[in-house]
Amino acid sequence: MINLETPRKFEQLVSQAHLVATEIFRANSRKYDRAEHSYPKELDMLAAAIDGMNEGGGISGAGAGTVGSGPSGNGASGKGRSGNRNGSNMASLLGLIELCWGDVGLLLTMPRQGLGQAAIAAVADEEQLARFGGKWAAMAITEPEAGSDSAAIRTTAKYDEDTDEYVLNGEKIFVTSGDRADLIVVWATLDPSQGRAAIKSFVVERDNPGLKLDRLEHKLGIRASDTANFVLDNCRVPKENLLGSPEIAPKGGFAGVMQTFDNTRPLVAGMAIGVSRACLDRTRELLAEAGIEIDYDRPPHSQPAAAADFISMESDWEAARLLTLRAAWMADNRKPNSLQASMAKAKAGRVATDVALRCVALAGSVGYGEGELLEKWARDVKILDIFEGTQQIQLLIVSRLLLGKTSGELK
Amino acid sequence: MSSQQNLAERGMAAGLRALNWLAASDLLDRLGLREPTERLLHGASKTTVATATRAGRTFAAAQRLSRPARQPKGPRTDLFDLEPADEQQMLRDSVREFALAKLRPAAEEADAATATPPELLGQANELGLSMVGVPEELGGAVEQRSAVTSVLMSEALAQGDMGIAVACLAPAAVSTAISLWGDATQQSTYLPEFVSENVPAAALAILEPRAMFDPFRLETRARRANGGYVLDGTKALVPRAQDAELFIIAAELEGTGPALFIVEPATQGIAVEPEPAMGVRAAATGTLTFDNAKLGPDALLGGGDPKVYTECVQLGRLGWCAVALGTGRAVLDYVIPYVNERKAFGEPIAHRQAVAFTVANIAIELDGMRLATYRAASRVDQDLSFAREVALARRLCAERGMAIGSDGVQLLGGHGYVTEHPVERWYRDLRAGGVMEGALLI
Repeated sequence: MINLETPRKFEQLVSQAHLVATEIFRANSRKYDRAEHSYPKELDMLAAAIDGMNEGGGISGAGAGTVGSGPSGNGASGKGRSGNRNGSNMASLLGLIELCWGDVGLLLTMPRQGLGQAAIAAVADEEQLARFGGKWAAMAITEPEAGSDSAAIRTTAKYDEDTDEYVLNGEKIFVTSGDRADLIVVWATLDPSQGRAAIKSFVVERDNPGLKLDRLEHKLGIRASDTANFVLDNCRVPKENLLGSPEIAPKGGFAGVMQTFDNTRPLVAGMAIGVSRACLDRTRELLAEAGIEIDYDRPPHSQPAAAADFISMESDWEAARLLTLRAAWMADNRKPNSLQASMAKAKAGRVATDVALRCVALAGSVGYGEGELLEKWARDVKILDIFEGTQQIQLLIVSRLLLGKTSGELK
Repeated sequence: MSSQQNLAERGMAAGLRALNWLAASDLLDRLGLREPTERLLHGASKTTVATATRAGRTFAAAQRLSRPARQPKGPRTDLFDLEPADEQQMLRDSVREFALAKLRPAAEEADAATATPPELLGQANELGLSMVGVPEELGGAVEQRSAVTSVLMSEALAQGDMGIAVACLAPAAVSTAISLWGDATQQSTYLPEFVSENVPAAALAILEPRAMFDPFRLETRARRANGGYVLDGTKALVPRAQDAELFIIAAELEGTGPALFIVEPATQGIAVEPEPAMGVRAAATGTLTFDNAKLGPDALLGGGDPKVYTECVQLGRLGWCAVALGTGRAVLDYVIPYVNERKAFGEPIAHRQAVAFTVANIAIELDGMRLATYRAASRVDQDLSFAREVALARRLCAERGMAIGSDGVQLLGGHGYVTEHPVERWYRDLRAGGVMEGALLI
């Protein structure tokens, strides 16, 4: 039965996340936007509290590690009469939207909540889960010469029979929380001549002497979240740190790695929805102070332009939000959702950026100045249309699936 | 223009005048159009004559209800869910099948003729479109009131053709309105005809002919007189205006605000003229003019409650969202094989990002429109506020829907601009979403 309201059972989770967003994230937003590269120690206590709540089955808002197509959380209570489930994918998404309404930069640097955990959860075996589970894991995929084209990465992993280790060499950039995390999940190729099939992910401990921090980036936004560049210089990891199978299989291996994104893309879309809702909420207040009320019944063209503009932004925001909830709902119900996950990410990424920039303009100097957070949100939000697959990559995925094209045909 | 003739008389007179004028003109011979036009006029004059007869239909209660009957709301779920209930899926699938098999092939001709073939309207009635919103005790087809069901059926119908869908759904807007807001007398008088085998043509008219129209600032006026009401004003783009046997008319009731009136076309002082538009032409849109039209004491619907009127406007907008979803889907399903088959520079144009991304964006925006519309409808069914959700869905369906129409033509290039392909019609139809008010009701 069609129903697109937030399930009542998640209301408490949402209100907890909202409280955290208000009291901790918003309270520190400007501070860490200004103090780039300084560690937001306020988050340590919060992260510990969230760890505790996760174990208790409560708020799992920022937990990328809890999403996936496997048996989802919330147990039997997630199951409806007709087999319909609202489980951990939706719970994580809803919590995340609230937290990012608070501050997406701080969310991204929440201890032990990095997207690397999603990769580990997706492909690790039991022994690896025991060793790496619960740690703060960052993802290192992008290289100076390979961004969206992740199959073209050049970082190599050579097996050393004498020591039973892999030796990693190469350069990794744009590693979110790379300097703060305990572990870095590094993508490297066992054999550059064999393309995608040879790409594997390796868990590297942050204190590995072969993993050398090159620099921390200075960025447009999400400054609370550090972005690290590394050089891997004969970086040795035990062979047990390879995630998944060491075999170079012509099919399946890389696709498995890429499927991690089906679960994380709706989360990044959710971040975009959270940030842009913050923009809309604040702009609505500022417009009200300026005497502009939004009337949903009267035609937009017979209202002030600002009100019409607001309805226009809000409608696209609503479309993005519902597309994202759909992708999470499908994951909870174990329906394949590659298409819907990319649709959600594409729509949310562009809508959120558009909304944030238009809200700055509607609020005028108040929106552009640092006295409000609107200008910060407009800077923060842009990354969400880029990482975890750019707008253009999402459209490629969507159109290939719709048109039945291979990556060779539709480049 | 005498206002003394009733609508039926005027309809016949106008039809015969046009026929006489055209027959006397040599324009048709010069353009080689005589034969097709005569065929067309033959159909048109038949319709006009039939209108005169049908407009004479008497709505009378065989049995009086002691109190108004209302459809109960269905069960609720607390979980987010995008699967329609089994019976909703069955209804939707059968309507879609009918739409693709019957409406789509008839669409081009109906568009040109600005009329939907009567046999198609008859077949559509058999689907029970006008009965879905009627309470069971009055012969309705569905036990529970469900806006979601109406949205799904309207969407499916418009996947065949929006213009014909609007023609088919116009009577349902009237029967649903009387079911939702009618009193016992109104329901006993009018609803039995809508669940009969011979469903009357009927239309809900809100729109007025002026720029910046706002349904909450109507210029059609109703004043109280002699225990009844008197209507003055003009309604625009009323579907099936010429052959309608019953209207619901929105008018500003003095001292009360905008309100809805049940109006029988035989009433003195009503004039009707054809008003073809850019699109939804198969709905045979027309202009209604009220000049001192006197209505009885039972004409006022919903007691003139402003909340009833607001809800009517909102549910009408939802109806236009639903048909935009169907037409948008038609566009998507049409362009995918086209761009895969059409070759340029030695390969399918679908291999170009500029083309492929346009298709991707049609799909993304269409899904966004659909989810927003479903959410609004499901809030109606759950007795939750829905003003905001309807407004957001309407804006998406109006603007994104329009863009889908435009992209559909663009993807076919010159071929999209000619009537050999249906995308030019969908382009015209999809612009209706941002313009129309009323006429449909979810």
